[in-house]
Amino acid sequence: MRVTIRLFARLRDIAGAAELERNAPGGATVGAVWAGLVAEYPELSPYEKSISCAVNADYSRFTAPVAEGDEVAFLPPVSGG
Amino acid sequence: MAALTAITTAPLDTGALVEALDKSGIGAVTTFIGLVRDHNLGRRVLHLEYEAYEALALRGLDLIVTEAAAQWPTVRLAIHHRIGRMEIGEASVAIAAASPHRADAFSASRYAIERIKQIVPIWKHEYFEGGDMWIEGATADPDNTEARDTALKIACA
Repeated sequence: MRVTIRLFARLRDIAGAAELERNAPGGATVGAVWAGLVAEYPELSPYEKSISCAVNADYSRFTAPVAEGDEVAFLPPVSGG
Repeated sequence: MAALTAITTAPLDTGALVEALDKSGIGAVTTFIGLVRDHNLGRRVLHLEYEAYEALALRGLDLIVTEAAAQWPTVRLAIHHRIGRMEIGEASVAIAAASPHRADAFSASRYAIERIKQIVPIWKHEYFEGGDMWIEGATADPDNTEARDTALKIACA
């Protein structure tokens, strides 16, 4: 299935793209999508402990399943204000 | 009438936020404006660029309004956060809080800015003398009750 991955701030810089289309196996979780991304961009790996994730613009967890067409976002620690 | 919550590239208008709040039964309005500061951790800051995951950031602001309403039922809040490039002295965030009495307006306003820094997906890219870097603060998790309690404690101190 196809998922859209969205990356922000430093994560976007590391991958060199704000948005990526990737294939994920059926039944894949957010964590599996992240693992695929780290395999592609090993520099992302240190962020594993500090990122948040979202599915379709709603905060989610690494254990959550993703579905065809989902937008999966990975968010480094925030610094608004 | 301005929306109560917004993520915008336009300069912030605090007056419009105050205007947007329903003033019936209200005796106090506080405003908080966060500005781009010319220094940070010993660096001379030249300008900032803010980025947001807009859809989720707006939901985050709405969640903060909901949380504040649960804590201070008579308070009304408006929160606008600007994104994009901002120069020193420009407003990056504006909060207006209205309540029957001043104490709750101050508290809710403080709570809102603390929560923005905890859970709203917005990032500062700092351009300073000699370089630039992304600022990384809190791991955003709206369900983290410890973080929420910390914001409440600060708000009610």
